[in-house]
Amino acid sequence: MPTKIFHTTSRPQPEQMTREHYLNVDYGIKSWLLTTDHKRIALLYLATITAFFALGGIFAVVIRLELMTPSGDLVQSETYNKLFTMHGIVMIFFFLIPSIPATLGNFLVPMMIGARDLAFPRLNLASWYIFVIGGSLTFTAVVVGGVDTGWTFYTPYSSSYANTHVILTATGIFITGFSSILTGLNFIITIHKMRAPGLRWFRLPLFIWAHYATSLIMVLGTPVIAITIAMVGLERLFRVGIFDPALGGDPLLFQHLFWFYSHPAVYIMILPGMGVISELVTCFSRKRIYGYPFIAFSSLAIAVLGFLVWGHHMFVAGQSVYAAMIFSVLSMLVAIPSAVKVFNWTATLYKGSISYDTPMLYAFGFIGLFTIGGLTGVFLATLGIDVHVHDTYFVVAHFHYIMVGGMIMAYMGGLHFWWPKITGRMYSEGWAKLAALIIFVGFNLTFFPQFLLGYLGMPRRYHFYPEEFQVLNVMSSAGASVLGVGYLIPMIYFIWSMRYGKPAGPNPWGAKGLEWQTPSPPPTDNFTKPPVVEEAYAYAPHTQEDRPRG
Amino acid sequence: MRLTHRRTGPVAEQKNIAAVAHHFDTAEQQREASTLGMWAFLVTEIMMFGGLFTGYVVYRNLYPDGFAAGSHHLDITLGGINTMALIASSLTMAMAVRAAQLGKRKTLVLFLLCTIALGLFFLGIKAVEYSHKYHEQLVPGLPFADEGTLTQQVYVFISFYFVLTGLHAFHMVIGIGLLTWLTVKGWRGGFSKEYFTPVELSGLYWHFVDIVWIFLYPLLYLIGRH
Amino acid sequence: MDEGFKLFPDQASTMAREVDWLFYFALAVGVFFSALIFLLVLYFAVKYRRRSDDEQPKPIFGDVRLEALWTVIPLGLTMVMFGWGTGIFFKVNRPPANAMEINVVAKQWMWKFQHPTGQREINELHVPLGQPIKLTMTSEDVIHSLYVPAFRIKNDVLPSRCTTLWFEATKPGKYHLFCAEYCGTKHSQMGGWIYVMEATQYQQWLAGGAADETPVEKGQRLFTQLGCATCHQANPTARGPSLHGVFGQQVKLKTGQTIVADENYLRESIVNPSVKITAGYEPIMPTFKGLVNEEQLLDLISYLKSIGAAPSKEDKK
Repeated sequence: MPTKIFHTTSRPQPEQMTREHYLNVDYGIKSWLLTTDHKRIALLYLATITAFFALGGIFAVVIRLELMTPSGDLVQSETYNKLFTMHGIVMIFFFLIPSIPATLGNFLVPMMIGARDLAFPRLNLASWYIFVIGGSLTFTAVVVGGVDTGWTFYTPYSSSYANTHVILTATGIFITGFSSILTGLNFIITIHKMRAPGLRWFRLPLFIWAHYATSLIMVLGTPVIAITIAMVGLERLFRVGIFDPALGGDPLLFQHLFWFYSHPAVYIMILPGMGVISELVTCFSRKRIYGYPFIAFSSLAIAVLGFLVWGHHMFVAGQSVYAAMIFSVLSMLVAIPSAVKVFNWTATLYKGSISYDTPMLYAFGFIGLFTIGGLTGVFLATLGIDVHVHDTYFVVAHFHYIMVGGMIMAYMGGLHFWWPKITGRMYSEGWAKLAALIIFVGFNLTFFPQFLLGYLGMPRRYHFYPEEFQVLNVMSSAGASVLGVGYLIPMIYFIWSMRYGKPAGPNPWGAKGLEWQTPSPPPTDNFTKPPVVEEAYAYAPHTQEDRPRG
Repeated sequence: MRLTHRRTGPVAEQKNIAAVAHHFDTAEQQREASTLGMWAFLVTEIMMFGGLFTGYVVYRNLYPDGFAAGSHHLDITLGGINTMALIASSLTMAMAVRAAQLGKRKTLVLFLLCTIALGLFFLGIKAVEYSHKYHEQLVPGLPFADEGTLTQQVYVFISFYFVLTGLHAFHMVIGIGLLTWLTVKGWRGGFSKEYFTPVELSGLYWHFVDIVWIFLYPLLYLIGRH
Repeated sequence: MDEGFKLFPDQASTMAREVDWLFYFALAVGVFFSALIFLLVLYFAVKYRRRSDDEQPKPIFGDVRLEALWTVIPLGLTMVMFGWGTGIFFKVNRPPANAMEINVVAKQWMWKFQHPTGQREINELHVPLGQPIKLTMTSEDVIHSLYVPAFRIKNDVLPSRCTTLWFEATKPGKYHLFCAEYCGTKHSQMGGWIYVMEATQYQQWLAGGAADETPVEKGQRLFTQLGCATCHQANPTARGPSLHGVFGQQVKLKTGQTIVADENYLRESIVNPSVKITAGYEPIMPTFKGLVNEEQLLDLISYLKSIGAAPSKEDKK
């Protein structure tokens, strides 16, 4: 009889000790490394992406330490250039892009639609292995000397001048891209074909809509970056002349191909977060979402429009003025569905019954910070302003507001919300609230000064900077240390809770959604009895009068 | 250790007839999911080749003379034979699917073997063509033939030629692997008229690889030929 | 200006003020909506906080009119910003005709400037106040980007191509100039200063320094030395088309296409002549790639820009 993971605590829970669920159904490393259970695969991903987050975070710490002084005195320029490059690569490709879909998505998509698993469980496991292989290659590149091209790999620097491990890193990213593609394929098929009887599209949780839209982008966009990065590798190896002008190539072609994926990639990163927020806001207002169809369609609109705006990264790159105009107006359009979501979430709070549990605190933080980040995106889409702030800290602040202030807050909120479901344990609410507050303060202190730095003219990727920028840089670095502490605290209490946390019942939050109709942690096949399908967010019975007007 | 839990479903026959995987409710759901999955996967393949085609289009536009000169170095007879071989292989593949539909085990295996043979023939011709290029000094990365003022442009063309046909050949190898697996499984009675989804979906994949070649042949071999 | 902590950059060009006004507008819109959302969220969170565990709010599904309102208003505001920003962008991309032309060559990790009167500067650029200046820029290696925050201008500088930037300085002083496209090890040290001087001071500065040949003079010398004049003559039997007044003109190509002869066309015709052949001529021009460097290419272009319609005797030298 294998030993159980859970010791008897001072509060014996007989049901806990005897009930079989996905965590205790089998033990041993083979049962994890050869699992096809989407829930275990989600945890495998959770472990690996957390490790990459820590790696990317360490790079960030060194960067912010260096930037406390105007001269480059902590590390050499080559090292600094490698640090910001690898911070970007690790955070984007190995943390942000997989994060919510590979962890919460993998865990919850089948459960939310009442299925026993994803459509292709073995492909799911394969996607994790592919992720690990790609990540290992990139990690190896880091260890043997790193790469210094910027995560954007602009040519001809990356194809012909950089003498760092470009090909190794590019290969790692190339391979990991397939992990993304397989996850997206799995979600699309699962959502189309495996919904429980009665679960029509417009009864789906918005988390599902968000993951569906994200998967569309993953599946359509990732192959393009794969082939682009392969071409950079080929250019380096065989001096072909596709991207290097000295050989007759066109560096702008690289930029177009690169951003054709990398812009939609940012929507891959944020849409799942938006899906989480819809779940949190409804549960902790105990009220159905305001404007369900609008939020659902806005996810699709963002996915589609997101493919049409890539040129806004190239307004001063040498493309034609008319092309710039088209990309500018389309970029304005893509902001609108996001604005619609923010208004709908806010309206959901109106006349709700609002509790201040930790997930909700993260949701509040998301709404505020994402709004700021999104609005500054409109600044960047405005041609006249972008000429001044392109490639400055204004851009850095913008995307960190969305990615860290938005996306990571949504991720934290989601982790806290579904933690009881995933582990069967509650985390410590007091510490969690404290961490959320520290993160919020630390985040703003780190990144708000960067807007000012950007408009003042401090370019990004700068190791040395003029002295007059020091005060704001010091503020930013101080904030980063607070933020770092804020992220460490949950790592501690989450691990602590897995052993000592209060056991959670099937639905500690009183939430709607099929995943809450099953015990925590769930059995391997997810449901002990067929789940009851209702309208989405059916928090209260309603009459005909309550139905939407207009 | 088994990677999936199999239990008999409503349409399982004897041993080795694959039944419904445990996470699906019906055989029909499983088949629909697999089919949609293959179509979605082929869309990703279109996007991947699409990126390469975009690069090709840009450079063909910039270097019309170089691309024409490069194209003349390719053997249109060999390329043409290969095209016929692949089209024939799509026919034999379709016949294989048909045989599976009708539950004809031996016919299925026969047509699968024909498809594999044609695929291997294609790869053999490609190997011959590649070796010609090697002898003509038209391989990127190695000392390259002198084409006068057009040398750089021809180099770009040849690079696209190798990457496009190389990626295509890689897909062919995977396809042949799939077909081999199907042949073995089919010989052992793994398919029936109720269950032949893997044959069907591999057919889809094979047809896709064929279609990619239909684009590659004129774009690479037939530039500026009258 | 090199001084202490500031919240806003200097406004030292004609465009700076315009860009800043647009920025203030965007800022007002941004602050308004951020504050609106922050306050609403805070207000609702407090006003509707859960007071008892069995509270059950009534469901509110939504209202299409409200959705329309908060779609149309942001759309309208963004369109205003789009229009306004595009207007500025057009101005930024259309240098005035009377602009003084300065050639710029960027390389890892320095900026080389050359005045039309021949003075060369490294990492520094002295310019007169109140005079439009057009920079014609190219890179010797990777992509760089010339950025002058005080002027609110920026443009990437590409290898094998010319890009342009223009400004008219309005305030004397010393302003940062940065490289704004990551270009390798010393990217952050590839900066310098723009010195804006009153017109008379600028003349004094010009006179004081050692002047090299002007770009036009150098270009003319190269034109002769490299043998361009043997084919490019003004008579109809010449082997190459006449280049008098070619800059800015429409050129009909052998393919039937018509293009405008801008800096990039001239540059390409020197290093890669076989790509665009003028109608009525044979593709016999040899390439000068490797025989001229980026600066010399800019000099030749400066020369070609300077020769007008009538052929002059000097060309036959």
